[in-house]
Amino acid sequence: MSGKTLYDKLWDSHLVTQDDDGTALLYIDRHLVHEVTSPQAFEGLRLAGRRPWRSQSVLAVPDHNVPTTERAAGITDPVSRLQVETLDRNCSDFGITEFSMTDLRQGIVHVIGPEQGATLPGMTVVCGDSHTSTHGAFGALAFGIGTSEVEHVLATQCLIQKKSGNMQIRVDGRLAPGVSAKDVVLAIIGRIGTAGGTGYALEFVGQVIRELSMEGRMTVCNMAIEAGARAGMIAVDDTTIDYLAGRPYAPEGAQWDQAVSAWADLHSDPDAGFERVVTLDGDSLAPQVSWGTSPEMVTSIDAVVPDPDAESDPVKREGMRNALAYMDLQPGMAITDIRPDHVFIGSCTNARIEDLRAAAAAIRGRRVDAGIKQALVVPGSGLVKQQAEAEGLDRLFTEAGFEWREPGCSMCLAMNADRLEPGDRCASTSNRNFEGRQGQGGRTHLVSPAMAAAAAVNGHFTDIRED
Amino acid sequence: MEKFTVISGIVAPLDRPNVDTDAIIPKQFLKSIHRTGFGPNLFDEWRYLDHGEPGKDNTRRPLNPDFVLNQSPYQDAVILLGRENFGCGSSREHAVWALLDYGFRVVIAPSFADIFFNNCFKNGVLPIVLDSTTVDRLFEAVAGSPGYTLRVDLPAQQITTAAQEVIGFEVDAFRKDCLIRGLDDIGLTLQHADTIRRYEQQRRLEAPWLFNK
Ligand code: SF4
Repeated sequence: MSGKTLYDKLWDSHLVTQDDDGTALLYIDRHLVHEVTSPQAFEGLRLAGRRPWRSQSVLAVPDHNVPTTERAAGITDPVSRLQVETLDRNCSDFGITEFSMTDLRQGIVHVIGPEQGATLPGMTVVCGDSHTSTHGAFGALAFGIGTSEVEHVLATQCLIQKKSGNMQIRVDGRLAPGVSAKDVVLAIIGRIGTAGGTGYALEFVGQVIRELSMEGRMTVCNMAIEAGARAGMIAVDDTTIDYLAGRPYAPEGAQWDQAVSAWADLHSDPDAGFERVVTLDGDSLAPQVSWGTSPEMVTSIDAVVPDPDAESDPVKREGMRNALAYMDLQPGMAITDIRPDHVFIGSCTNARIEDLRAAAAAIRGRRVDAGIKQALVVPGSGLVKQQAEAEGLDRLFTEAGFEWREPGCSMCLAMNADRLEPGDRCASTSNRNFEGRQGQGGRTHLVSPAMAAAAAVNGHFTDIRED
Repeated sequence: MEKFTVISGIVAPLDRPNVDTDAIIPKQFLKSIHRTGFGPNLFDEWRYLDHGEPGKDNTRRPLNPDFVLNQSPYQDAVILLGRENFGCGSSREHAVWALLDYGFRVVIAPSFADIFFNNCFKNGVLPIVLDSTTVDRLFEAVAGSPGYTLRVDLPAQQITTAAQEVIGFEVDAFRKDCLIRGLDDIGLTLQHADTIRRYEQQRRLEAPWLFNK
């Protein structure tokens, strides 16, 4: 009999019931909640007279709507304010722990879960947010759910699921200096496409992945959803365990030892079978820049904007034409000639301490180019912000001409006041470059933190391997 | 949830791949704390020429005449015909609420994003996967006769065209049953409450750290 994949193990250990047709009831260990996808779920609970099954398993935080400027002033937009206040009220009514807007621990839900140790190996983690795949970096089964499912998990601690297929993505070799986890995941999406992982749980393996820090691994798993997969994961190793030791929600003492020995099994068996395997060479990987309106429309910094006429698939060709028109780019233009006028360093993909360090290092004493209208740095959480300030990163950024903000989703999706104006072009460390994602008519280029910072100080995209 | 058995009606063609949830319902409308009222802002950025905001009177906004839903007779469409990877992007159920609120009960496409696909069933919307050749043919048929209708019979798993051509489709048995009966998933799951409790007890012994806080 062949062995189990990591996904198989996580799935099997959370199976409560399973029907003959494969419909299963899966137990959920950790439920993260934010203000946008939860109000209708709590409303549903109330209407049905139900209570949360295990309110201790829930951790809530407002992040999408919160302002990134002076917190004490509150939220000016009344619609945003109502949504955040609704979360506060729901949490207090149902006995749920919430890091409210003024709590130091507040931040983007996918940053604070791991930071608190609320995400642990071997868990099932869900949240009404597609980037829940981030938490898979810990050898957890983590995926985004819709609001009906948020209500379902609140009421039953379970989800009705069918098992996905197993897909392995192997990145061998070693990354060149300046090439980061973000470039790895963008290259993966460029290779397999935004639907390449649909129907699969992805496991990232290989030397490049093993050598990534937890921050880097989270960046990779974060964008599994952009590759079409609900879940992405990475096996547990010493990096995972070192990261978690001493975190507020992590087990302690004898329980910690017991947990660590149980976690040793959280990897795919050597003889486990995958339906699909994709291999990338880390040695030859260049920094990536997206040029279109889908994360798969991405290329290397030393390349040019591709020509739709060279694409044989008519649907893709049309998609490329639309994207280039929206992005106002010409085929054949060097990527290094693209000049952003905004720079956004933040989001659940790239707003952890290591991301901020990488961005700060790429500035190297230079100033934001005169052609840049705004350069924002939005830390992923209050604790990331505090740490960055303790290291003096905030001063490096502000002295270079960046704005240093309060934590939240911010310009990743422009639900708060931070947004692009029509026609603005942004070098962004976030995860989606859809039309209008960062503000109506805004144009997004997805890049790593170091690439974003380099674009800010040079006024155009630059190959940071040479910068 | 509204029951779904047989739906007949006009098919609106949305001829672009990778229609994402940001396009289906732009994020400014996600600030609502209700499940309804999203219909007028479905595909807002494609449908209107100005920028939409919650609370704005949509009846006074300039319509984009090139967008399919602004063309007669698609205002009354109940079936949406789409391309590959429909509903990609975020997990927001608001995308399905907006389609439903507009009046769509069926979305036909060659492929769907997983979370969107799942969310459809939770809200009485039937997503149907057909092979791309059939979808191509339907696009041609719709282009050839605006106001083209289809009859979707869920119990029989059949689509019938105006010309009485029958196209079969696949649907998961459990989801089909829930849609036909309009069943609430939570009620169904709570029938297993004892099994869930037994699982929890066992798990607490094996992995107590999962139950700390
Ligand atoms: S940072 Fe962006 S992608 Fe991440 S949770 Fe917030 S809005 Fe979603």
